[in-house]
Amino acid sequence: MSGGDEAGRLVRPFTLTGGRTRPSRADFTLITTVTAVDPPPERAVRPQPEHTRILRLCARPVAVAELAAHLDLPVSVVVIMLCDLLEAGLITARPPRSFAGTPDLDLLQKVRDGLGRI
Amino acid sequence: MAPDAVKILIAGGFGVGKTTMVGSVSEIAPLRTEEPLTVAGLDVDDLLGIEQKRATTVALDFGRITISDDLVLYLFGTPGQQRFWFMWNDLAIGALGAVVLIDVRRPESSFAAIDFFERRRIPFVVAVNGFHGRHPYPAAEIRESLALPTHVPVLLCDARERASCRDVLVALIDRLIADVEFQPSPTS
Ligand SMILES: Nc1nc2c(ncn2[C@@H]2O[C@H](COP(=O)(O)OP(=O)(O)OP(=O)(O)O)[C@@H](O)[C@H]2O)c(=O)[nH]1
Ligand SMILES: [Mg+2]
Repeated sequence: MSGGDEAGRLVRPFTLTGGRTRPSRADFTLITTVTAVDPPPERAVRPQPEHTRILRLCARPVAVAELAAHLDLPVSVVVIMLCDLLEAGLITARPPRSFAGTPDLDLLQKVRDGLGRI
Repeated sequence: MAPDAVKILIAGGFGVGKTTMVGSVSEIAPLRTEEPLTVAGLDVDDLLGIEQKRATTVALDFGRITISDDLVLYLFGTPGQQRFWFMWNDLAIGALGAVVLIDVRRPESSFAAIDFFERRRIPFVVAVNGFHGRHPYPAAEIRESLALPTHVPVLLCDARERASCRDVLVALIDRLIADVEFQPSPTS
């Protein structure tokens, strides 16, 4: 059946993840920061209620783990919805700082200074 | 512009005070997510009791410290029970390092955590939680009994005290800084 995917989307069962169990992208870690695109792209599809909730929560940058906690949903479920939002151009995702081997001294010094202030 | 995010793991055996430590230094009340256990996670440990086997989710606690406008530090309390360790691998990816928390009354419950970070060469410090603020053993004695190399800092702490937990984190960062500064650059 051609176009099955499109049709599937239209009659999508009312589940948060549309029956999928795996994110289509692996680029959401617990501390990936997501931010709603504001204003949303003009041609964006109308988000579902749970998606809208996410968009509200990430009006300011927020980590995936925080989103999951606030939504009271497993991270794995939230990530699947984030994939939808990312694909729709409704959010941006910033991956955590990656250290190829060792973190750099500037970063460490910054963390140390920051800790000194708490 | 979204801030940069880094993380540190707070690890150790069951009930040693990990969540308490996260809460002591976090600027927000510790948050919690529940993950459904995958089948893959269930065969990790065959030492479990029947009751534990029935658990279907694993909880993850974390806190946040805003370091600056453009840098946020997240603290993740790793699940204490050994059967959840399949999650540690994921958690450890990209972490700056770890704090292995020890309950001074039953240090053996954190041995496996020490092994975990040693094997993966993830930098860590050992923080001895005195429970009731009592520290019957000096740090040096604990280091010796745990057979820890001298480059692993051992600190006595109180997981309920913000300043005490902050000092533990600072010790970890100092250790990391020392690693960077004294490591000969990888030329061969
Ligand atoms: N008196 C005292 N109680 C503590 C201290 N640290 C933790 N506790 C208590 O010990 C219990 C376990 O502490 P948690 O912080 O939940 O320990 P945990 O390591 O997160 O436990 P799991 O996540 O279940 O492995 C709680 O009831 C804490 O209130 C301490 O330093 N002194
Ligand atoms: Mg805990």
